Amino acid sequence: MTSERLTRELTALRTTAPDGLRGRILEATGTACRFAVLDGPIGRLAVFFNDRGITGCAPLEHFDEYVAAHDLGHTIEVDELPRALAGRTRRALETGRLKDLPVDLSGLSDFQQDVLRTTATIPPGEIRPYGWIAAAIGRPGAVRAVGSALNKNPVPVLIPCHRVSKSDGHVGNYAYGPQMKRALLSAEGLDPDAAESLADRNVRYTGSDTTHIYCHPSCHAAQRTKVSHTVEFKSAGDARKRGYRPCKLCRPAAA
Amino acid sequence: MATTTPGHLQERLVADVDEAFPAVVERYIDGLYSGVLRLTNERTAAEDIVQETFVRAHGALHRYTPQRRNELRVSGWLWTIALNLCRNRARDVKRRPKNVPLDSVAESAATDDPATEAIAAVDTTWSKRLRSLADHERTAVVLRHVVGLSYRDMSTALDRPEGTLKSDVHRGLKRLRILIEDEGTNAA
Repeated sequence: MTSERLTRELTALRTTAPDGLRGRILEATGTACRFAVLDGPIGRLAVFFNDRGITGCAPLEHFDEYVAAHDLGHTIEVDELPRALAGRTRRALETGRLKDLPVDLSGLSDFQQDVLRTTATIPPGEIRPYGWIAAAIGRPGAVRAVGSALNKNPVPVLIPCHRVSKSDGHVGNYAYGPQMKRALLSAEGLDPDAAESLADRNVRYTGSDTTHIYCHPSCHAAQRTKVSHTVEFKSAGDARKRGYRPCKLCRPAAA
Repeated sequence: MATTTPGHLQERLVADVDEAFPAVVERYIDGLYSGVLRLTNERTAAEDIVQETFVRAHGALHRYTPQRRNELRVSGWLWTIALNLCRNRARDVKRRPKNVPLDSVAESAATDDPATEAIAAVDTTWSKRLRSLADHERTAVVLRHVVGLSYRDMSTALDRPEGTLKSDVHRGLKRLRILIEDEGTNAA
């Protein structure tokens, strides 16, 4: 037998560990990814957690894809979230706001954490462009990096990356497809078609001619302005030039 | 995103043992199991040893400083633990001669399925061949060619110089070649 054939046959003795061994190891070391299944705003979600808080969230129909993309390895389903997390998670899913829900992002870079924590401040039913996040974390040039950090968001739905739009105001893409993004926004009361039509007409901000304040069009303050008093702007500069000041709630100056 | 480079995994291990540990298990479990199976020749023992290796590694990683975790050659280090457990088991088996080493690798795989039977037959052949090597040669050949460990990692795992290990592998392979040639002669 040639030495190549011999070493080839030895290499072929390499096999795979039996099913179940991984799980037993991760359970024995307490490092398996545990998750519970909960009702989300538009379908069921697998919500992952550890001792420090929520670590992940996956639409159930994209479970395998999510586990592979986030390199989770072995996962174990439990019946319910731990008591410290269960009520807060349910409330966060109902209200669209994280509030006091602990989310453990410690495996991510500082930049990713900044992006996600800022994203979590966007109120339900409102959208902000990538550039707004970039400016809010003090990295106005990092618009593309913001997009990529959001695409890898390990906690979608709970950390509402679906509320971040393209810089031109179009709803834009989503890790699980644009349809899911539109559906999540609709469930929160935002009309994605209206947002698209403003973007199509190049309108970035709207203001009120009675208060002389300008907002992101989806800001709930802007939503209260009567149509007859609504003014449209193509840029923040355009609004300022016409004597309008930025809204203190949605902070359009940041963009 | 789904792929993790060894460097990246090491960084994760320095930052957070528990976060990185499932990925460590995923990366090394097949190699450890393949090698330990060939060294113990028994599936249950191999599973127990691999599980115990990871449990001990997990405990040790928590005790280590981040700096020590950063300097660790994970693959070679895991094998240090696994080989110790293999040696302990070999010693225990010797003390209790009733537990003769089994060809259970072949036995548990034997079924009516002709494909599985063929695999089982190859398995028995290789178990016998590897068993006829001296311990240090068998370990070196298995780590190098079944597991695919680098000589540097083998040197960490066995605490012996790379040169010595290279000659162990060389001698082991030579002996295997002679064995296989003899099998051919005997069969003819």
